Amino acid sequence: MPIQQQSFDVIIVGGGGAGLRAALQLSQANKRVAVISKVFPTRSHTVSAQGGINAALGNTDGRDDWRWHMYDTIVGSDYLGDQDAIEYMCQHAPEAVYELEHMGMPFSRNQQGKIYQRAFGGQTQDFGGDLVHRTCAAADRTGHALLHTLYQQNIKSKTIFFSEWYAVDLIQDEQQNVTGVLAIDIASGTLGVFSAQATVLATGGAGQIFYTTTNAYTNTGDGLGMVLRANLPLQDMEMWQFHPTGVLGAGVLITEAARGEGGYLINNKNERYMERYAPHLKDLSCRDVVSRCSMIEIREGRGVGSEGDHVLLKLDHLDAKVLNEKLPGIVALAKTFAGVDPSKEPIPVTPTCHYMMGGIPTDRFGQVVKLNAQGEDECVRGLYAAGECASVSVHGANRLGANSLLDIVVFGRSVGVAIISSLEQNKQQASPITEAQIEAASQRILRLRKTQEGEQVAHLRTVMQKIMQEHFGVFRTEEVMAEGLVQLKAVYQRVGHTKLSDTSQTFNTELIEALELENLILVAMASAELALARQESRGAHARIDFPNRDDENWFKHSLYYIDGKQGQRPVNMRPSMVDPFPLKERKY
Amino acid sequence: MNTDLYHVSVYRFNPEVDKKPYMKNYQVKASDCKGVMVLDLLEAIKQHHDPTLSFRRSCGEGVCGSDGMNINGKNGLACITPLSDLEGKVIKLRPLLSFPVVRDLIVDLSQFYKQYESVQPYLQNDTMPAKENVQSYEERKVLDGLYECILCACCTSSCPSSWWNMDKFLGPSALLWACRFIMDSRDTETMARLEDLQGLYRLFRCRGVGMCRDVCPKGLNPTQAIHDIREKMLRDAV
Ligand SMILES: Cc1cc2nc3c(=O)[nH]c(=O)nc-3n(C[C@H](O)[C@H](O)[C@H](O)COP(=O)(O)OP(=O)(O)OC[C@H]3O[C@@H](n4cnc5c(N)ncnc54)[C@H](O)[C@@H]3O)c2cc1C
Ligand code: FES
Repeated sequence: MPIQQQSFDVIIVGGGGAGLRAALQLSQANKRVAVISKVFPTRSHTVSAQGGINAALGNTDGRDDWRWHMYDTIVGSDYLGDQDAIEYMCQHAPEAVYELEHMGMPFSRNQQGKIYQRAFGGQTQDFGGDLVHRTCAAADRTGHALLHTLYQQNIKSKTIFFSEWYAVDLIQDEQQNVTGVLAIDIASGTLGVFSAQATVLATGGAGQIFYTTTNAYTNTGDGLGMVLRANLPLQDMEMWQFHPTGVLGAGVLITEAARGEGGYLINNKNERYMERYAPHLKDLSCRDVVSRCSMIEIREGRGVGSEGDHVLLKLDHLDAKVLNEKLPGIVALAKTFAGVDPSKEPIPVTPTCHYMMGGIPTDRFGQVVKLNAQGEDECVRGLYAAGECASVSVHGANRLGANSLLDIVVFGRSVGVAIISSLEQNKQQASPITEAQIEAASQRILRLRKTQEGEQVAHLRTVMQKIMQEHFGVFRTEEVMAEGLVQLKAVYQRVGHTKLSDTSQTFNTELIEALELENLILVAMASAELALARQESRGAHARIDFPNRDDENWFKHSLYYIDGKQGQRPVNMRPSMVDPFPLKERKY
Repeated sequence: MNTDLYHVSVYRFNPEVDKKPYMKNYQVKASDCKGVMVLDLLEAIKQHHDPTLSFRRSCGEGVCGSDGMNINGKNGLACITPLSDLEGKVIKLRPLLSFPVVRDLIVDLSQFYKQYESVQPYLQNDTMPAKENVQSYEERKVLDGLYECILCACCTSSCPSSWWNMDKFLGPSALLWACRFIMDSRDTETMARLEDLQGLYRLFRCRGVGMCRDVCPKGLNPTQAIHDIREKMLRDAV
């Protein structure tokens, strides 16, 4: 049966915050835009975000400045963030948040009826001074409030949705320009080709490469796999954020807002240990710092429990009103997943894989970039990326809490704006998609449908997750990583020979998981290879054998290609409104 | 239930091969479950017994609404239902009642989404202040318990009025959303929204049975919301 083709102005792969914000911009401008999402949009991972979204509104403190926000973000990124993009994001943050409010997002309010703002990690006044309250929140359900609001606005603006369609691969013409995607309707098993002048990848993170993660089951790095297979690079994939407060065992997140509202971490001596490591910001230091401190406590025998494998998050000293009004979701999660009532007992927590700082390299407008023969940036025609799957890069080596929701709305919007102007300048239709190109994009599905003998998907996924968990955690060394990489390579080979037990067309979740695994293993390989290569400690990448930041050799983005080749790109130090912030030692 | 082995009976139906649905039994080792929830059990079946078992899941923590299903006779989310809470020898898992089954535990929610869309679930207010709309602390507090719905469909699936009038009665979830916008001090179309809910069916088919409130995994109360809309209709009509 021939594969059906549909054509749009723009295709967006992903119905999370980034995809929906981009879609809204485009559909409001009357572009024909199709959103393809493997889950119904409001089931995207953005819905899980808890703590909030940063913008220098000054609603709580009476004063704040986007330049302070910019400074905090740059320092937080351990200088690996691109200063042009960070400037753009922080400067446009207030506007982005007001826009969400106008769309109906139910932010919590302060006594003046303004948007409620709380403290979060690494956020200061006056370039590193006192803590600031910059994180705009809807209780501890900010992601839910944000995602539903964006979806609702898209209903209003009549965006076209292909829900529960799974994008398999990009379609490229002879010049490697992207002309569309091949996708499968999960419910019926039917393949479809979507062609457009612009394709936006907004496929979110890939935390499922680790065994324990705060990330949804669906965070499988699909967009990243698609990009690698299109012979384009990924950037900074060694940079994985471990959140200090994942619930022990379950991995479910307890938001940083718990510490923003006054909670703190203690060890088995009941000591508030962050005071010792970071006297200034204490428990609200950046996440990489707090996670490392917790791991040191655990390794030095001050961990809690019979295994001494975790620390405790204390909230029982907080006012009941604060817990019930500001952290109701956390109270429920702690009861369900840790079996503790946080108003009475502390919650057992441990650093847990949470966020992917690296991703698909893009410029400040969200256009995907590759290196040309001269090693300079060159845009990939027809391809954009936004959200957690992209590396703009505003997070560098360590993301500030509540900067991701900001990232997805600011760059979701700016991708939309950039595409509108490119469509207007360039009216020519994309070249038609040929049978051969469709066939190239269908290879993986064809193989899976054919293979009779081979390995089981779920089992291999677990094997991979455990390797990543054991060898690429908070603290890293050459020896442990090298051993992990050898094991990963073996799994990589095996993933090429998975076989399906489920041969039906109807809602074949095993087929989808097999395709996802092929992406996960590529993301894991990229992360492992780049982690081994980067011989320094910067942000979330902490090497015991190279404990210091090495600006002379490693102040640059790292790139990884599917054949294992690596490359580098300079960090952008050219903001347009302010002077660049020079490299300094990070202290909290 | 405290055991090393879980006895589970799962609803199976694949329209390509099965003439009719059937229940299939599994015995699952507790040690094969990664966690302690019903979803962990389903994942264990898929990994260790039968990769063809189909169900939806995404967040794994009760906020995305993917895995609403009927667990031992009561609707709930598999990912936040602890196995230890379940009574009886055998755990029975069925798809949400009253929706067409696509396959196994997966139901077709198109009608449910249509009901949701039909209440115009988006803020209507054309003013564009330079900063945020002011909404007092108290005005915002009214929305607590109204905005948190995750569209899991557990309520609508357990509502008798919905079973018989799926096409005409909006059902508890859509009405909760309607209420969320009616009560929002920022929305300017309150009267039109109330008008839209008049008539015998859209809202008034609710018989106050309260199943929706009893099953809502987020602890929300659509019955109360429907009651509040009625009150507001009466008050604003005078
Ligand atoms: C528990 C938790 C709490 C968090 N809290 C905060 C917070 O308080 N503040 C903050 O700033 N950040 C927070 N974050 C981070 C933030 O939520 C995410 O980084 C962000 O929401 C990602 O948004 P996204 O739009 O890029 O991707 P997602 O929301 O993950 O959406 C990805 C979309 O892509 C689709 N997709 C993926 N692959 C395919 C495919 N192959 N075919 C079709 N569709 C596909 C999915 O269906 C989905 O619609 C939190 C993260 C976690 C895990
Ligand atoms: S998987 Fe998201 S609600 Fe259960």
